[in-house]
Formats: sequence, C-alpha cells, structure tokens
Amino acid sequence: MAFAEQSKSNLPAGKLSKASVMSFLSAQGILIFFLVGMFVFSFFSEQFLSQSNIMTVVRQASIIGIIAVGVTVVIIGGNLDLSVGSMLSFSTVLVVDLHDKVGPTTAILMMFALTLMLGAVNGILIGFLRLNSLIVTLAMLSAIQGFVLIYSGGQNVDIANQDGTWFAFFGRGYLGGIAVPILLFGLLAILVQVVMSYTGYGRRIFAVGGNPMAAVYSGIRKNWCVFSTYLISAFCVACAALVLGSRVMGSQNNVGQGYELLVLAGIILGGTSLLGGAGSIWKTVIGVLILGFIQNGLLLMGYPYYIQWIVTWVIIILAVWLDLANKRKRLLTTHS
Amino acid sequence: MTSLKGFFRGRTAIQPIWVFVLVIFIFFSFMSEYFLSFGNISNILVQTSTIGLIALGMTLVMINGNIDLSVGATLGLAASLAVGLQETSMTLAILAALGSGVLLGAINGLIVWKTGVNAFIVTLGAMLGIRGLIFLYTGEQSFYALNFAFSDFGTSTIGPFPVLAIIFLICTLIMHLVLTRTGHGRNTYAVGGNPEASIDAGIRLGRHMMINFIIVGFFAALAGVMLASQMGAATPNLGRDYELWVITAVVLGGTKLTGGYGSIVGTLGGVLAIGILRNGMNLMQVPAFYVLVILGAILISVLVIDKKLNAPSAKEVRI
Repeated sequence: MAFAEQSKSNLPAGKLSKASVMSFLSAQGILIFFLVGMFVFSFFSEQFLSQSNIMTVVRQASIIGIIAVGVTVVIIGGNLDLSVGSMLSFSTVLVVDLHDKVGPTTAILMMFALTLMLGAVNGILIGFLRLNSLIVTLAMLSAIQGFVLIYSGGQNVDIANQDGTWFAFFGRGYLGGIAVPILLFGLLAILVQVVMSYTGYGRRIFAVGGNPMAAVYSGIRKNWCVFSTYLISAFCVACAALVLGSRVMGSQNNVGQGYELLVLAGIILGGTSLLGGAGSIWKTVIGVLILGFIQNGLLLMGYPYYIQWIVTWVIIILAVWLDLANKRKRLLTTHS
Repeated sequence: MTSLKGFFRGRTAIQPIWVFVLVIFIFFSFMSEYFLSFGNISNILVQTSTIGLIALGMTLVMINGNIDLSVGATLGLAASLAVGLQETSMTLAILAALGSGVLLGAINGLIVWKTGVNAFIVTLGAMLGIRGLIFLYTGEQSFYALNFAFSDFGTSTIGPFPVLAIIFLICTLIMHLVLTRTGHGRNTYAVGGNPEASIDAGIRLGRHMMINFIIVGFFAALAGVMLASQMGAATPNLGRDYELWVITAVVLGGTKLTGGYGSIVGTLGGVLAIGILRNGMNLMQVPAFYVLVILGAILISVLVIDKKLNAPSAKEVRI
C-alpha cells in the first residue's frame, strides 16, 4: 500500500481529467461516504452538527478508537486480536479496584504493567510459538474473562470517594477546552501513525504483514515484530481502561464484553484489510468515527439504538465490497 | 467388521481430543460420586446439545475455509420467533424460526459467494445486524411460552432418553454421513484444501460454500428453538458469545481454520470435552469462572501440541 502511494506521487502531476477524479472518488470512498452521511444527518437533525454534539460523539467513540489504534497495528502485522474486550474488563476492574487500596499512581502503574504482561503472553504465543492468532486470542478472551471474575469474585467494583481524586482527570477532565479522552485518542493516533509511516519499525511491520516469508529472508526479525504489535495493542487497551475507569468511577466485571468485535467493525469500515500488510491509522480513526456518528445520528433522528446495528451490517458489507471491486479493477487496468 | 472399519476410516482418524475426553471422564468419575450416573450423562448431552448442533454446521463451514460469527445472533432470532409467533400457530412459529435460520445462512453464503468478501467480515457484520433485527422484532422484550406443549417438549423423554439429546445425536450421525459419504462432503474438503485446484477440477465453489452456510444457519435456528423450549422463554440477548463457544469446540475437535481438514467425530469430542468439563467442575463445586480459564488453557495447549506433532509447513495460517 505504502509503496503504491509512493510510486503514484512520482508521476508527473497531470491536469484534472475525468478519470483521475473518478479514481480519486473511488479510492477515498469511505471518506466521501462519511461526509455525505454527515450531510444527510445534519439535514434531518439541527443539533447534529453542533459543536457540543460532535464533541460528545468523538468522546464516546474515543474508547473504541484508542483500542482500535492498537488492533490496527496488530492487523497490519498480519494477525488478529480478539482478546482486547476481556483485556479491557481486566484492566478497568484492576485500576478501579486498586485505586482505593494502593492509591491512584500505584494503581495505574500496576494496571499498565499487568496489561502489558497479558499482551506479552499473546505476543509470545503468536510471535515466538507461531500459533494461530485467531484461536490464541479467542482462548485468551475466555481465560482473561475468567481471571477478572476470579479476581473480583463476581462483584462489581467502584471508587468510594469519587470527587476527591485526581484520577477523574482521564475520563472527566478537560485540557484547553477539549475533553481528555479525545486528546488521548488523538495523541495516540498521531503517534502510532507517525511510527507506522515514517520509521523503520513501521516499515518492518508492513513487510511482515504483507509477506512474512520475504520479510524473514530480508533479515527482519519477524517474531519480535509480531511480539511487539501485541505489546502496542495491550498498551492501547490500558489507556482505554484508564479513560473508562475514570469516566465511570467503577466497573462491572464484564464491561469490555463485545468490544473486540465493535473495534474490528470500526477497523473494517475504515478499509484496513484483514489480510495484513496494508492499512493505516487514519482509516481506522475515520471508521470508528463513522460508527459513532451513525449511532448518534440515528438516535437524533428518533430511531431506537438497535437500528444502528442493522445499518452497520449493511454499510460494512457495502464498504468492503466496493473496496474489493475497486482493487480488482485497478489490478486489471495495470495488467492490460 | 470391515464395514464398521470403513465407517471410521479416512479423515476420521482418532482425534487427540477423545483421549482428553476419556481422561476427564475417568477423573470426574472418581472425584464426584454423582458424575457417573445415567441421569447426569444424559444431562450433559442435553446441556451440550445447543452448542453441539451449531458446532456440527460450523465444522462444515470451517472445513470449507470459512467461518461464521453470526450463529449466536441467528440462534437468538430463531428462539424469539419460535416463542413470539406461538399465539397464531405452533407449526407456523417453528417453521418461521427454522426458516429464518436458513434464510440468514443463505444471505451470508450468497454475499460470500457473489462479492468475494472475507467470511469473517461478512458474518461479523451479520452478527451485529441480526442482533439488531431481534431487538426490532421483540421491541427489547422477553417472550414467555404460554403453550405448555412447547415447553414440555424440552424436558420430554423417549423411554429413558431425553428427546433433545436424541435429536443432537441423530443430527451428528447425519452430518457425519454427509461429510464422509456424499459428493458435497468431498467437495467441501476439496474447496477448503485448495480452492484453485477445485475450481480447475470443475467444482462449483460458491454453491458448496452457500450450502454450508445454509446448514449452519439451520442448525443455529434448530438450537435456538430447542433452547427456547428448554427455558420456556426467549430473551433478546439469547445466544450472545455462543459463536465463541462453538468455535472453541470445533477447534478442540481438530478442525483447522485454514480449511480442508476436520471431522464431525472430532467436533463431537470437542463438544463433549466442554460439556463434561463444565458439568464435572460444577459437581465439584468449583466456581464457574475457573472453567473459562481452564478452557482457554486447553485451547492453547491443543494448538501447541498440534504444532509439535505436525511438522511445520510452509503454508502460513491466514484469516
């Protein structure tokens, strides 16, 4: 993907022909869809495009978005991570429960350490033992949920003194008029995007995901690369848990259930291929925001919340289908 | 004797999971005095019949090289239809429930066939969407079966044998025969093992995929009707996370996600392993959450053992 873009930019800048407009439209389909959708929703509801509404949507989407940033890296590396939902439950329960026992700073540090440890287990099993990522993370999904229930004894946890702790900053605070979850989401997305597209490390991840065999033969330590993607994913989950725990100031022991699939839905909507070796963080951010705005827009138009799921179903399939048809056409034209 | 041997021949070589089933069976027989009784064994079969039925269909889909994540939602929709439409007519309700499963399976299959979109993505979308359809139909309400004939069916027995367990075992036998004795079964292996070669051999790839999606949809709906009759009710959230249990059972049974390899006999072992483990640990009064951890550990161990037993191949596992 990255190479294709590079070779395209080397071409002389021609005049804006009809064909180039069409190819731009089809390449940026999801972005255009996003803008058209925003327009339609704003037509039906006056509040939709208000600043406060947009901020609310982005803030709600930020938890899924933060996790999706990490999972995108895993997917670019050619693997999957289904364990993020349970891991989110684990980290949130842990940080909330430890907050009253050992204080916020220690609680956050311990939570990050333990979440990264879970990520490392995933990474060792998939990176070094080379097991199938779908099944390993499926097994971890179940095992981690079990750990959470054993740890909490099936009880929900909460923070006793909710007003007197600076822990509230991550979920409820504002910095320069922007909510902290949004800032965290934006910061992580930019950081990871820069790492993925401008560093050697990012290039190696793309190489490993695109063609593992070729990557190994070119001297890339594939096992370490795969291992590291799971650490990134776990780190993002820990950040999301920080926001979620601080926002709710308590946690059910299955709070993250189903997140893994919503995260995947956002990534797929953005247009990142599950085959690995292609994709970008920007696309994922747009995909997650589309999910958020569909939900919000349909609610503002007066539909019940479950209608968004049906709409998402249709959109996911249409988006991926158009993307595929588009790529196929491009392949045919380059060959002929 | 030769015919019996032939019955188990070929791809149905003894799966390691059956050794495990045997070990935990003996273990729990010693650990709990209640485990080894006719009542408890048939109880295990009834409890696992729901996951087991879906796992039968999932085995075919996974041998075909696809996956279906929407089975939990399909189960929920069928259960709601079966209970919700009872007031008009019992037959109609059950037909509508089973029909919904077939229809949703056909839709999934048709999309995978005609668009070429990865089955993982198609059924992930369907999982969300079908759950939306359930909420739309039920209006977020739980339904209760007022027709006692329906709820009695779930607990009825033929002689000493519970009906639900018999249905499950008969379906297992049928699917085993379909997979080992019919052209469709053979082509299912072929398509999963090497799609390009099977196209060259003149196999109609898409049709076999679609038939397998219809089969898994039907079994998910059947499991939904059976679960609803066991509970005498249907909730909109019924079947959530079932897809994960089903995939766990099928993978435990030795079916490969890459396609082209697997068997119903193995799947039956995987389903029984989960059922016996849950039941036995309940009897030993181990809290239910430990089962989750143990299942995860077993699933990973199966993968590790499988990796060690089979020499590493050049073919990388891809979704």
